[in-house]
Amino acid sequence: MGRIAEHPILGEMKSSKEIEIIVDGKPYSALEGEMIAAALIANGIQTFRYTKHKGPRGIYCGIGRCTDCIMIVNGVPNVRTCITPVQDGMRIETQHGTGVWKRGDDHA
Amino acid sequence: MHKASVVIIGAGPAGLCAAIEAAKAGAKVLVLDENLKPGGQLFKQIHKFFGSKEHKAGTRGYEIGVELLKEAEVLNIDVWLNTEVCGIDKEKNIWAVRNGKDAVHIAAERIILATGAIENAVAFPGWTLPGVMGAGAAQTMINIHRVLPGKRVVMLGSGNVGVIVSYQLMQAGADVSAIVEASPTLGGYGVHTAKVRRAGVPFYTSHSISKVIGKEKVEAVEIVALDQQWRPINGTKKVLEADTICLAAGLSPLTELAWIAGCQFHYIPELGGHLPIHNRYMETTAAGIYVAGDITGIEEASTAMEEGMLAGINAAASLGFYSQKEKEQLSAIVWDRLDALRCGYFGQKRKTAKERMISVGKKVIG
Repeated sequence: MGRIAEHPILGEMKSSKEIEIIVDGKPYSALEGEMIAAALIANGIQTFRYTKHKGPRGIYCGIGRCTDCIMIVNGVPNVRTCITPVQDGMRIETQHGTGVWKRGDDHA
Repeated sequence: MHKASVVIIGAGPAGLCAAIEAAKAGAKVLVLDENLKPGGQLFKQIHKFFGSKEHKAGTRGYEIGVELLKEAEVLNIDVWLNTEVCGIDKEKNIWAVRNGKDAVHIAAERIILATGAIENAVAFPGWTLPGVMGAGAAQTMINIHRVLPGKRVVMLGSGNVGVIVSYQLMQAGADVSAIVEASPTLGGYGVHTAKVRRAGVPFYTSHSISKVIGKEKVEAVEIVALDQQWRPINGTKKVLEADTICLAAGLSPLTELAWIAGCQFHYIPELGGHLPIHNRYMETTAAGIYVAGDITGIEEASTAMEEGMLAGINAAASLGFYSQKEKEQLSAIVWDRLDALRCGYFGQKRKTAKERMISVGKKVIG
């Protein structure tokens, strides 16, 4: 777990602005433009949600198809974290069960 | 309502090449892709491609991606990202959702489906735990997002994806404890396999994963030897240290849109299962709908690009941008390159399977 700062083929990681995300109430640093899943992995977090049978889940396909990595983002459940970029101040929560959508205009 | 003469769904290697060829011919092209960035899975391919110079051999996948995007830009090809196609009807109307909220209707004269493929899963006790992921997922994490999903990896599957991603995981700083292969023989090209072997990674052929050890995440992996009927052999269990398990058990074509569009299918297991029937011009049984790339059968990015060109040339020709003679000539050139790619021990199998599809296509479509 962690970032790959140096790479034999891809070279040095290009510098990006550091921003802050809130994961389960705690602040973590993330890089502007990166996907939520990448930011979590960089911070050593690998469990993103629990199923309704309390089974832990993390990333699986990494390209937005399998929905294993879904979390609650800014109050919206079932957000695919592997294809959703972070934003400064974003609130990200571990999802338990299938998630409940709010009604009306509460969607982000 | 929007209008375009050729709408291409999928901005990966096949879709981009189709777009470039159709635009070069003079068609008004629109490319739709559900992702935030174009290029499909090309940008995670950091290894050098095979083939001859015309196939961009020796060039790394992501460099090819950059070249294709540049070409598309020069040709002023319209690319709509973050656009998910939900429906296609027989009159070639497309319904899509843009940016997760705006419903759009596009009337297309021709449609090229270049939707690609998804990795196959392998189920064993514990396969849903955090730490078990597709080999392509690990590749996306390390090469696109530049994060390491684990430190000690066991790879299941020794085909090209398995061995290439193993090597790339090592380049990214991980240890690969083993490559486990259920078949008695290794599946990848010798050059990739040898590289991993030289780096000291052990191969366990005729072995599979029997279970994951760990309650909340992967803590270790239990493997077991298989007999000739691929049944576990008692007393051969062995525990390997790992925090990550990558599954490289092949891919399946993403054919949903071809089903929705009413295309007829044919079953070819060697190419990934049920596939939209198509002829040598990449036309399907649904009039005006073409296919290219992994949706037509699992192959490689290099063949996907050639098929994309074929589809682009022929979609444009059917709109009158090429004469019958030009269309045949241009198609023949691409077919020569495809034949050159589908050779050798691995390529020959794909070539034979593809020929079966083309002969079905000829019968059904013409």
